[in-house]
Amino acid sequence: MWRDALLVGGKDLRIEIRGRVATMQVAPYAMLVLLLFGFAFDQDHNLLTQAAPGLFWVAVLLSSLLAVQRSFAIEATDGTRDGLRLSGLDPAGIFLGKVAAVVIELVALEVLLGVGVVVLFGTRLHDPALLVVSALVASVGLAAAGTVYGMIASGVRGRETLLPLLVLPVVAPVLLAATQCWMAALGSSTTDGWRWLSLLVAFGVIYLALGVVSFSTLVEET
Amino acid sequence: MDQVIRFRSAVALAGRFPVLAGVDLDVARGDVMLLRGANGAGKTSLLRACAGLVRVVAGEASVLGHDLIQDQRAVRRQVGLVGHQTGLYQEMSPLDNLRFALRAARLGPDRAEPALSTLGITGRLLEAAVADLSAGQRRRVALSVLVARDPEIWLLDEPHAGLDAEHRDLLDGLVLAAAARGRTVVMASHEADRAASLARTIVTIAGGAVESVTAPAPPPGAAGADDRPRTAGEVVPVVA
Repeated sequence: MWRDALLVGGKDLRIEIRGRVATMQVAPYAMLVLLLFGFAFDQDHNLLTQAAPGLFWVAVLLSSLLAVQRSFAIEATDGTRDGLRLSGLDPAGIFLGKVAAVVIELVALEVLLGVGVVVLFGTRLHDPALLVVSALVASVGLAAAGTVYGMIASGVRGRETLLPLLVLPVVAPVLLAATQCWMAALGSSTTDGWRWLSLLVAFGVIYLALGVVSFSTLVEET
Repeated sequence: MDQVIRFRSAVALAGRFPVLAGVDLDVARGDVMLLRGANGAGKTSLLRACAGLVRVVAGEASVLGHDLIQDQRAVRRQVGLVGHQTGLYQEMSPLDNLRFALRAARLGPDRAEPALSTLGITGRLLEAAVADLSAGQRRRVALSVLVARDPEIWLLDEPHAGLDAEHRDLLDGLVLAAAARGRTVVMASHEADRAASLARTIVTIAGGAVESVTAPAPPPGAAGADDRPRTAGEVVPVVA
């Protein structure tokens, strides 16, 4: 399973590096979302600083939809999905590989957006460990849930519009918990961010387990 | 003779529509079988069922000893299917596509370059994005995956489509060489003359079922072959 996960993850990242969709479309889209939020709250800098964690995670959430859609779009052209089924790869390995590739793309995006938040919103860092750990765990949760629902949506007509409808309600806890963690990490709230981290961990573990268990059926039936 | 594919009254559905409606078929190891029939007769569905991609829901179906009704996935590593679509990742190079396919099949990636070279994919084509190749070149890359994997059963759906005359001849040679190595080849083709010249058995499909099993007609001047229609499922002696 782990070997297959490495193989699939490496393949997806290689395709992204060659195709440059993430760098040419997803990253500019995320920066644009952040910039528009900046314009919308420009009159009230305090509010902007206060809301920065939520705006950041909304931008990440919307961008994660594009990353997941892209992850399944490459399996939808010219019979590649049949190729993947015929390859004999462990479906759980395929799931974990796709999740890993999306996580790496999201983390790279978060670094870029993090710089954007500091520059545009003028935020300051109080707890870097919480910031980094919560970002990693939230990325895993977003990627795992996105990959499960991405697979479900991939076999359906209108999958591009279906995916946000499936994913956005489900990942609301990630948005909430990650925002709370970041508010604590940026000092804009007195909340105990580490307690919110446990919700992110639980979400990630549940969706990783769900994906590992169900992906075989999803690959065959969707 | 060792049977590698055995279908009895096999039924497969696409939604509610029966794409295979009671197929009886025996394929012997080393056979080169041509499936022919009108569009929509069920040739592609039969090939996909043999590859474990279409679920057989009733009857009996086994490929290389794997019961497809019990577990349609088990056979996949032992068969190769080249269909209407290439199954190649468009952004990746032919070399990377083959290396990925070989690693997935637990085979050495060093087989990739020789296989591509066999199909005439060399030089700068090795590293070009598949999306930038012509349709014929993409087809040859897809065939290279099959050549590199060299599975027990080769399933070919219109394998000559998109190839020029030189590479059609090359493909014919590869099919005959595979059969000589004991591989089994099942192909669907509308190019009756070319495909029939390769085939040892010709199966006519109609309405999702096997209509007849015959030996190919002898070439002009040869002694007459036994081409009487056979009942579905009857095993035809190999014609050299």
